[in-house]
Amino acid sequence: MRGFRYIPGVVTLELDQDICIGCGICPQVCPHLILEMQDSKARIRNRDECMECGACALNCPVKAIRVDAGVGCASGMINQWLAGFNIRLKKDASSCSPP
Amino acid sequence: MPTEAGPVAVIGGSLTVADILGGCKARWGIGRLSYIVPPGLYAIGAPDRAAPVVVTANYKMSYDLVRRALDRRNIWLLVLETYGINVWCAAGKGTFGTGELVRRIADSGLCRVVDHRRLLLPIMGASGVKALEVKKRSGFEVRFATLRIGDLPTYLDNGMQADHEMRELTFSFRERLVLTPIEMVGGMKSLAYAGLPLALLGGFGGGSFSVQRFLVVFLLYGMALFCGTFLVPLLLPLIPGRMFAVKGAIVGSVSALLAGVSLGRFSVAGRLELAAMVLMMGAISAFYAMNFTGSTPFTSPSGVRREMQCSLPVMAGAVLLGIVLLVMGMLLP
Repeated sequence: MRGFRYIPGVVTLELDQDICIGCGICPQVCPHLILEMQDSKARIRNRDECMECGACALNCPVKAIRVDAGVGCASGMINQWLAGFNIRLKKDASSCSPP
Repeated sequence: MPTEAGPVAVIGGSLTVADILGGCKARWGIGRLSYIVPPGLYAIGAPDRAAPVVVTANYKMSYDLVRRALDRRNIWLLVLETYGINVWCAAGKGTFGTGELVRRIADSGLCRVVDHRRLLLPIMGASGVKALEVKKRSGFEVRFATLRIGDLPTYLDNGMQADHEMRELTFSFRERLVLTPIEMVGGMKSLAYAGLPLALLGGFGGGSFSVQRFLVVFLLYGMALFCGTFLVPLLLPLIPGRMFAVKGAIVGSVSALLAGVSLGRFSVAGRLELAAMVLMMGAISAFYAMNFTGSTPFTSPSGVRREMQCSLPVMAGAVLLGIVLLVMGMLLP
Protein backbone atom coordinates (compact mmCIF):
# COMPACT_ATOMS: atom_id res chain seq x y z
CA MET A 1 0.00 0.00 0.00
CA ARG A 2 1.32 3.41 -0.90
CA GLY A 3 3.03 5.09 2.04
CA PHE A 4 2.86 2.04 4.30
CA ARG A 5 5.24 -0.88 4.78
CA TYR A 6 4.94 -3.66 7.32
CA ILE A 7 7.45 -6.31 8.40
CA PRO A 8 9.14 -7.79 5.31
CA GLY A 9 9.80 -11.46 4.62
CA VAL A 10 7.01 -12.99 6.71
CA VAL A 11 4.09 -13.25 4.29
CA THR A 12 2.97 -16.79 3.46
CA LEU A 13 1.44 -16.07 0.03
CA GLU A 14 2.43 -18.63 -2.61
CA LEU A 15 1.34 -18.99 -6.21
CA ASP A 16 1.89 -22.08 -8.34
CA GLN A 17 2.00 -20.80 -11.90
CA ASP A 18 1.94 -24.35 -13.31
CA ILE A 19 -1.53 -24.87 -11.84
CA CYS A 20 -2.82 -21.37 -12.69
CA ILE A 21 -5.33 -21.37 -15.54
CA GLY A 22 -5.24 -17.61 -16.01
CA CYS A 23 -8.88 -16.97 -15.15
CA GLY A 24 -8.00 -13.50 -13.84
CA ILE A 25 -10.12 -13.51 -10.68
CA CYS A 26 -7.25 -13.03 -8.19
CA PRO A 27 -6.20 -9.57 -9.40
CA GLN A 28 -9.84 -8.53 -9.10
CA VAL A 29 -10.22 -9.52 -5.46
CA CYS A 30 -6.82 -8.39 -4.15
CA PRO A 31 -7.20 -5.06 -2.31
CA HIS A 32 -3.48 -4.33 -2.57
CA LEU A 33 -3.02 -5.13 -6.25
CA ILE A 34 -0.40 -7.76 -5.31
CA LEU A 35 -1.42 -10.06 -8.13
CA GLU A 36 -1.40 -9.21 -11.79
CA MET A 37 -1.86 -11.07 -15.05
CA GLN A 38 1.14 -11.59 -17.28
CA ASP A 39 1.16 -13.87 -20.36
CA SER A 40 -2.24 -15.27 -19.24
CA LYS A 41 -0.88 -16.38 -15.89
CA ALA A 42 -1.19 -14.72 -12.50
CA ARG A 43 2.00 -13.27 -11.04
CA ILE A 44 2.90 -11.97 -7.58
CA ARG A 45 4.03 -8.36 -7.88
CA ASN A 46 5.12 -7.62 -4.34
CA ARG A 47 4.66 -10.33 -1.74
CA ASP A 48 5.65 -8.11 1.20
CA GLU A 49 2.65 -5.87 0.63
CA CYS A 50 0.21 -8.76 1.09
CA MET A 51 -1.97 -8.63 4.22
CA GLU A 52 -2.96 -12.31 3.97
CA CYS A 53 -6.70 -11.68 3.77
CA GLY A 54 -7.06 -14.86 1.73
CA ALA A 55 -9.48 -13.52 -0.88
CA CYS A 56 -7.30 -14.72 -3.77
CA ALA A 57 -6.84 -18.25 -2.42
CA LEU A 58 -10.54 -18.57 -1.60
CA ASN A 59 -11.62 -17.46 -5.05
CA CYS A 60 -9.00 -19.37 -7.06
CA PRO A 61 -10.89 -22.12 -8.94
CA VAL A 62 -7.88 -24.46 -9.13
CA LYS A 63 -6.23 -23.84 -5.74
CA ALA A 64 -3.08 -22.43 -7.32
CA ILE A 65 -2.73 -19.91 -4.48
CA ARG A 66 -1.87 -20.78 -0.91
CA VAL A 67 -1.83 -18.33 1.95
CA ASP A 68 -2.05 -18.74 5.70
CA ALA A 69 -4.99 -16.35 5.87
CA GLY A 70 -6.46 -14.65 8.86
CA VAL A 71 -7.14 -11.34 10.52
CA GLY A 72 -3.99 -9.50 11.64
CA CYS A 73 -5.30 -8.39 15.00
CA ALA A 74 -3.05 -8.40 18.07
CA SER A 75 -5.81 -8.30 20.66
CA GLY A 76 -7.58 -11.18 18.90
CA MET A 77 -4.38 -13.23 19.00
CA ILE A 78 -3.74 -12.44 22.67
CA ASN A 79 -7.28 -13.53 23.50
CA GLN A 80 -6.74 -16.74 21.53
CA TRP A 81 -3.54 -17.47 23.44
CA LEU A 82 -5.22 -16.77 26.76
CA ALA A 83 -8.15 -18.96 25.76
CA GLY A 84 -5.58 -21.71 25.21
CA PHE A 85 -4.75 -21.41 28.91
CA ASN A 86 -8.46 -21.23 29.75
CA ILE A 87 -8.23 -17.57 30.66
CA ARG A 88 -10.99 -15.29 29.46
CA LEU A 89 -10.80 -11.55 29.89
CA LYS A 90 -14.21 -10.80 28.46
CA LYS A 91 -17.40 -12.69 27.87
CA ASP A 92 -16.84 -12.60 24.13
CA ALA A 93 -13.51 -13.81 22.79
CA SER A 94 -12.60 -10.53 21.15
CA SER A 95 -14.06 -7.08 20.90
CA CYS A 96 -15.14 -7.53 17.30
CA SER A 97 -16.35 -11.11 17.24
CA PRO A 98 -19.99 -11.85 16.49
CA PRO A 99 -22.12 -13.46 19.23
CA MET B 1 -43.16 -1.77 -2.37
CA PRO B 2 -44.78 -4.92 -3.74
CA THR B 3 -42.63 -7.40 -5.66
CA GLU B 4 -43.18 -10.91 -6.91
CA ALA B 5 -41.39 -12.14 -3.82
CA GLY B 6 -43.64 -10.14 -1.49
CA PRO B 7 -43.37 -6.61 -0.12
CA VAL B 8 -39.91 -5.04 0.13
CA ALA B 9 -39.11 -2.12 2.44
CA VAL B 10 -38.28 1.12 0.62
CA ILE B 11 -35.49 3.10 2.26
CA GLY B 12 -34.23 6.62 1.71
CA GLY B 13 -30.73 7.70 0.86
CA SER B 14 -30.45 10.60 3.27
CA LEU B 15 -29.23 10.17 6.82
CA THR B 16 -31.11 11.74 9.71
CA VAL B 17 -29.48 13.38 12.73
CA ALA B 18 -30.20 10.18 14.65
CA ASP B 19 -28.33 8.12 12.02
CA ILE B 20 -25.29 10.39 12.18
CA LEU B 21 -25.39 10.47 15.98
CA GLY B 22 -25.73 6.68 16.03
CA GLY B 23 -22.65 6.38 13.81
CA CYS B 24 -20.68 8.64 16.15
CA LYS B 25 -21.75 6.61 19.16
CA ALA B 26 -20.63 3.41 17.43
CA ARG B 27 -17.25 5.02 16.67
CA TRP B 28 -16.89 5.66 20.42
CA GLY B 29 -17.90 2.10 21.26
CA ILE B 30 -21.35 2.90 22.66
CA GLY B 31 -23.73 0.06 21.84
CA ARG B 32 -21.52 -0.83 18.90
CA LEU B 33 -22.22 -4.53 18.90
CA SER B 34 -25.98 -3.99 18.77
CA TYR B 35 -25.96 -1.30 16.08
CA ILE B 36 -27.74 -3.43 13.52
CA VAL B 37 -30.46 -3.50 10.89
CA PRO B 38 -32.53 -6.57 10.01
CA PRO B 39 -30.97 -8.55 7.15
CA GLY B 40 -32.91 -8.96 3.90
CA LEU B 41 -33.78 -7.15 0.70
CA TYR B 42 -34.38 -3.38 0.64
CA ALA B 43 -35.32 -0.98 -2.15
CA ILE B 44 -33.48 2.32 -2.53
CA GLY B 45 -35.64 4.64 -4.65
CA ALA B 46 -37.87 2.74 -7.09
CA PRO B 47 -35.76 -0.09 -8.53
CA ASP B 48 -37.15 -2.14 -11.42
CA ARG B 49 -36.38 -5.67 -12.55
CA ALA B 50 -33.15 -4.56 -14.22
CA ALA B 51 -31.84 -2.44 -11.33
CA PRO B 52 -28.44 -3.40 -9.86
CA VAL B 53 -28.28 -5.42 -6.64
CA VAL B 54 -25.74 -4.19 -4.08
CA VAL B 55 -24.78 -6.43 -1.16
CA THR B 56 -23.66 -5.20 2.26
CA ALA B 57 -23.44 -6.12 5.97
CA ASN B 58 -26.07 -5.49 8.62
CA TYR B 59 -23.82 -3.23 10.71
CA LYS B 60 -25.98 -0.12 10.65
CA MET B 61 -23.02 2.11 9.83
CA SER B 62 -22.21 0.04 6.73
CA TYR B 63 -25.86 0.04 5.66
CA ASP B 64 -26.20 3.80 6.26
CA LEU B 65 -23.08 4.64 4.27
CA VAL B 66 -24.22 2.50 1.35
CA ARG B 67 -27.70 3.99 1.16
CA ARG B 68 -26.30 7.50 1.52
CA ALA B 69 -23.87 6.90 -1.35
CA LEU B 70 -26.70 5.56 -3.51
CA ASP B 71 -29.11 8.40 -2.72
CA ARG B 72 -31.45 9.30 -5.60
CA ARG B 73 -30.67 6.09 -7.45
CA ASN B 74 -32.81 3.03 -7.98
CA ILE B 75 -31.00 0.10 -6.42
CA TRP B 76 -31.80 -3.16 -4.66
CA LEU B 77 -29.85 -3.52 -1.42
CA LEU B 78 -29.32 -7.03 -0.08
CA VAL B 79 -28.25 -6.91 3.57
CA LEU B 80 -26.53 -10.00 4.96
CA GLU B 81 -26.69 -11.15 8.57
CA THR B 82 -23.20 -10.37 9.89
CA TYR B 83 -24.33 -9.82 13.49
CA GLY B 84 -23.61 -6.11 13.32
CA ILE B 85 -20.05 -6.52 12.07
CA ASN B 86 -18.66 -4.55 9.12
CA VAL B 87 -17.99 -6.23 5.77
CA TRP B 88 -14.25 -6.74 6.14
CA CYS B 89 -14.22 -8.14 9.66
CA ALA B 90 -17.29 -10.26 8.92
CA ALA B 91 -15.64 -11.63 5.76
CA GLY B 92 -12.57 -12.53 7.81
CA LYS B 93 -14.78 -14.39 10.26
CA GLY B 94 -16.85 -15.98 7.51
CA THR B 95 -20.21 -14.44 8.40
CA PHE B 96 -20.10 -12.22 5.32
CA GLY B 97 -19.60 -15.43 3.42
CA THR B 98 -20.69 -17.74 0.64
CA GLY B 99 -23.19 -19.63 2.80
CA GLU B 100 -24.95 -16.56 4.17
CA LEU B 101 -25.08 -14.92 0.74
CA VAL B 102 -26.62 -17.98 -0.92
CA ARG B 103 -29.09 -18.35 1.94
CA ARG B 104 -30.08 -14.69 1.81
CA ILE B 105 -30.58 -14.80 -1.97
CA ALA B 106 -32.98 -17.71 -1.51
CA ASP B 107 -34.79 -16.24 1.53
CA SER B 108 -35.35 -12.87 -0.13
CA GLY B 109 -36.67 -14.44 -3.34
CA LEU B 110 -34.24 -12.26 -5.27
CA CYS B 111 -34.50 -14.37 -8.43
CA ARG B 112 -38.20 -13.46 -8.65
CA VAL B 113 -37.52 -9.76 -8.07
CA VAL B 114 -34.88 -9.11 -10.75
CA ASP B 115 -34.41 -10.47 -14.26
CA HIS B 116 -30.62 -10.29 -14.31
CA ARG B 117 -28.35 -12.55 -12.28
CA ARG B 118 -25.62 -10.24 -11.05
CA LEU B 119 -24.62 -9.04 -7.56
CA LEU B 120 -22.30 -6.17 -6.70
CA LEU B 121 -20.14 -6.88 -3.66
CA PRO B 122 -17.53 -4.78 -1.89
CA ILE B 123 -14.01 -6.00 -2.68
CA MET B 124 -13.33 -6.30 1.06
CA GLY B 125 -15.96 -9.04 1.13
CA ALA B 126 -13.92 -11.26 -1.18
CA SER B 127 -12.04 -12.94 1.65
CA GLY B 128 -15.34 -14.48 2.76
CA VAL B 129 -17.20 -14.99 -0.50
CA LYS B 130 -16.24 -17.56 -3.09
CA ALA B 131 -17.71 -16.11 -6.28
CA LEU B 132 -17.69 -19.35 -8.30
CA GLU B 133 -19.51 -21.27 -5.60
CA VAL B 134 -22.16 -18.56 -5.25
CA LYS B 135 -22.74 -18.81 -9.01
CA LYS B 136 -22.98 -22.58 -8.83
CA ARG B 137 -25.35 -22.65 -5.87
CA SER B 138 -27.57 -19.64 -6.59
CA GLY B 139 -27.13 -18.81 -10.27
CA PHE B 140 -25.99 -15.30 -9.38
CA GLU B 141 -22.73 -13.95 -10.71
CA VAL B 142 -20.70 -12.11 -8.06
CA ARG B 143 -18.92 -9.00 -9.18
CA PHE B 144 -16.48 -7.42 -6.75
CA ALA B 145 -17.07 -3.75 -7.42
CA THR B 146 -15.07 -1.24 -5.39
CA LEU B 147 -13.21 -1.04 -2.08
CA ARG B 148 -14.77 2.15 -0.82
CA ILE B 149 -18.50 2.76 -0.67
CA GLY B 150 -17.92 6.30 -1.91
CA ASP B 151 -16.66 5.02 -5.26
CA LEU B 152 -19.81 3.01 -5.91
CA PRO B 153 -21.73 5.79 -7.75
CA THR B 154 -18.79 6.40 -10.12
CA TYR B 155 -18.48 2.65 -10.65
CA LEU B 156 -22.15 2.45 -11.60
CA ASP B 157 -21.88 5.49 -13.88
CA ASN B 158 -18.80 3.97 -15.56
CA GLY B 159 -20.85 1.00 -16.69
CA MET B 160 -19.68 -1.12 -13.75
CA GLN B 161 -16.00 -0.67 -14.46
CA ALA B 162 -13.60 -0.05 -11.59
CA ASP B 163 -10.48 1.94 -12.32
CA HIS B 164 -7.13 1.38 -10.66
CA GLU B 165 -7.82 3.78 -7.79
CA MET B 166 -11.12 2.15 -6.86
CA ARG B 167 -9.34 -1.16 -6.42
CA GLU B 168 -6.39 -0.03 -4.35
CA LEU B 169 -6.63 0.38 -0.60
CA THR B 170 -5.73 3.61 1.12
CA PHE B 171 -5.25 4.52 4.76
CA SER B 172 -5.46 8.29 4.80
CA PHE B 173 -5.19 10.65 7.76
CA ARG B 174 -8.98 10.91 7.91
CA GLU B 175 -9.43 7.17 7.60
CA ARG B 176 -7.06 6.72 10.54
CA LEU B 177 -8.58 9.54 12.59
CA VAL B 178 -12.08 8.03 12.67
CA LEU B 179 -10.62 4.80 14.06
CA THR B 180 -8.95 6.41 17.07
CA PRO B 181 -11.96 6.90 19.40
CA ILE B 182 -12.59 3.17 19.73
CA GLU B 183 -8.87 2.63 20.40
CA MET B 184 -8.88 5.29 23.12
CA VAL B 185 -12.05 3.93 24.73
CA GLY B 186 -10.53 0.44 24.77
CA GLY B 187 -7.31 1.74 26.30
CA MET B 188 -9.04 3.79 28.97
CA LYS B 189 -10.44 0.65 30.56
CA SER B 190 -6.90 -0.18 31.66
CA LEU B 191 -6.72 3.01 33.75
CA ALA B 192 -8.53 1.11 36.49
CA TYR B 193 -6.59 -2.16 36.54
CA ALA B 194 -3.13 -0.97 35.48
CA GLY B 195 -2.96 2.83 35.75
CA LEU B 196 -4.30 3.00 39.31
CA PRO B 197 -2.00 0.34 40.87
CA LEU B 198 1.00 1.85 39.10
CA ALA B 199 0.11 5.33 40.32
CA LEU B 200 -0.32 4.00 43.88
CA LEU B 201 3.13 2.42 43.67
CA GLY B 202 4.53 5.72 42.40
CA GLY B 203 2.71 7.62 45.13
CA PHE B 204 4.60 5.70 47.80
CA GLY B 205 7.92 6.53 46.13
CA GLY B 206 9.18 8.96 48.76
CA GLY B 207 8.67 6.57 51.68
CA SER B 208 5.31 8.08 52.56
CA PHE B 209 2.33 8.50 50.28
CA SER B 210 2.25 11.67 48.22
CA VAL B 211 -0.88 12.67 46.35
CA GLN B 212 1.17 14.77 43.97
CA ARG B 213 3.42 11.87 42.98
CA PHE B 214 0.36 9.65 42.61
CA LEU B 215 -1.26 12.14 40.26
CA VAL B 216 1.90 12.58 38.21
CA VAL B 217 2.26 8.84 37.59
CA PHE B 218 -1.45 8.54 36.81
CA LEU B 219 -1.17 11.44 34.37
CA LEU B 220 1.86 9.89 32.71
CA TYR B 221 -0.04 6.61 32.33
CA GLY B 222 -2.91 8.47 30.68
CA MET B 223 -0.43 10.15 28.39
CA ALA B 224 1.10 6.81 27.39
CA LEU B 225 -2.41 5.59 26.50
CA PHE B 226 -2.97 8.72 24.44
CA CYS B 227 0.32 8.11 22.61
CA GLY B 228 -0.48 4.48 21.77
CA THR B 229 -4.14 4.87 20.90
CA PHE B 230 -4.22 8.31 19.29
CA LEU B 231 -0.85 9.77 18.32
CA VAL B 232 0.62 6.60 16.80
CA PRO B 233 -2.47 5.79 14.66
CA LEU B 234 -2.67 9.37 13.49
CA LEU B 235 1.02 9.87 12.72
CA LEU B 236 1.54 6.25 11.64
CA PRO B 237 3.53 6.73 8.42
CA LEU B 238 5.66 9.50 9.92
CA ILE B 239 6.99 7.54 12.92
CA PRO B 240 10.10 5.45 12.25
CA GLY B 241 9.97 1.65 12.56
CA ARG B 242 8.14 -1.14 10.77
CA MET B 243 6.68 -2.69 13.90
CA PHE B 244 3.84 -0.81 15.49
CA ALA B 245 5.28 -1.62 18.91
CA VAL B 246 8.51 0.17 17.97
CA LYS B 247 6.55 3.20 16.81
CA GLY B 248 4.57 3.15 20.06
CA ALA B 249 7.70 2.76 22.20
CA ILE B 250 9.37 5.72 20.51
CA VAL B 251 6.41 8.07 20.92
CA GLY B 252 5.57 6.81 24.43
CA SER B 253 9.04 6.98 25.93
CA VAL B 254 9.94 10.32 24.35
CA SER B 255 6.69 11.82 25.68
CA ALA B 256 7.32 10.34 29.13
CA LEU B 257 10.85 11.74 29.11
CA LEU B 258 9.70 15.21 28.10
CA ALA B 259 6.80 15.23 30.57
CA GLY B 260 8.94 13.70 33.33
CA VAL B 261 11.68 16.27 32.89
CA SER B 262 9.26 19.20 32.81
CA LEU B 263 7.35 17.89 35.84
CA GLY B 264 10.56 16.84 37.56
CA ARG B 265 11.06 19.91 39.67
CA PHE B 266 7.65 19.37 41.24
CA SER B 267 7.48 15.75 42.14
CA VAL B 268 9.17 12.95 40.19
CA ALA B 269 12.44 13.85 41.77
CA GLY B 270 14.96 11.10 41.24
CA ARG B 271 16.49 9.89 38.03
CA LEU B 272 15.53 6.33 38.90
CA GLU B 273 11.88 7.30 38.85
CA LEU B 274 12.31 9.12 35.59
CA ALA B 275 13.97 6.07 34.04
CA ALA B 276 11.19 3.89 35.41
CA MET B 277 8.56 6.15 33.87
CA VAL B 278 10.26 6.22 30.47
CA LEU B 279 10.51 2.42 30.44
CA MET B 280 6.98 1.73 31.58
CA MET B 281 5.22 4.38 29.55
CA GLY B 282 7.17 3.33 26.45
CA ALA B 283 5.97 -0.23 26.98
CA ILE B 284 2.36 0.79 27.58
CA SER B 285 2.28 3.01 24.51
CA ALA B 286 3.95 0.20 22.51
CA PHE B 287 1.29 -2.29 23.61
CA TYR B 288 -1.60 -0.09 22.53
CA ALA B 289 0.13 0.87 19.30
CA MET B 290 0.52 -2.86 18.57
CA ASN B 291 -3.20 -3.29 19.15
CA PHE B 292 -3.85 -0.89 16.31
CA THR B 293 -2.59 -3.52 13.85
CA GLY B 294 -6.09 -4.98 14.12
CA SER B 295 -7.58 -1.83 12.63
CA THR B 296 -5.17 -1.27 9.77
CA PRO B 297 -5.72 -2.64 6.27
CA PHE B 298 -2.11 -3.59 5.55
CA THR B 299 -0.80 -5.73 8.42
CA SER B 300 -0.62 -9.47 7.77
CA PRO B 301 -1.36 -12.00 10.54
CA SER B 302 2.11 -13.50 10.02
CA GLY B 303 3.62 -10.07 10.57
CA VAL B 304 1.54 -9.38 13.66
CA ARG B 305 2.52 -12.78 15.08
CA ARG B 306 6.19 -12.00 14.46
CA GLU B 307 5.80 -8.56 16.00
CA MET B 308 4.14 -9.96 19.10
CA GLN B 309 6.80 -12.62 19.57
CA CYS B 310 9.55 -10.01 19.37
CA SER B 311 7.96 -7.21 21.32
CA LEU B 312 5.80 -8.69 24.08
CA PRO B 313 8.80 -10.02 26.09
CA VAL B 314 10.52 -6.65 25.73
CA MET B 315 7.41 -4.82 26.93
CA ALA B 316 7.00 -7.13 29.91
CA GLY B 317 10.70 -6.73 30.74
CA ALA B 318 10.48 -2.95 30.53
CA VAL B 319 7.48 -2.82 32.88
CA LEU B 320 9.15 -5.18 35.37
CA LEU B 321 12.38 -3.22 35.29
CA GLY B 322 10.38 -0.03 35.76
CA ILE B 323 8.71 -1.45 38.86
CA VAL B 324 12.08 -2.58 40.24
CA LEU B 325 13.48 0.92 39.69
CA LEU B 326 10.47 2.49 41.42
CA VAL B 327 10.91 0.21 44.41
CA MET B 328 14.65 0.91 44.48
CA GLY B 329 13.87 4.63 44.45
CA MET B 330 11.73 4.10 47.55
CA LEU B 331 14.49 2.35 49.45
CA LEU B 332 17.33 4.68 48.50
CA PRO B 333 17.58 7.85 50.57
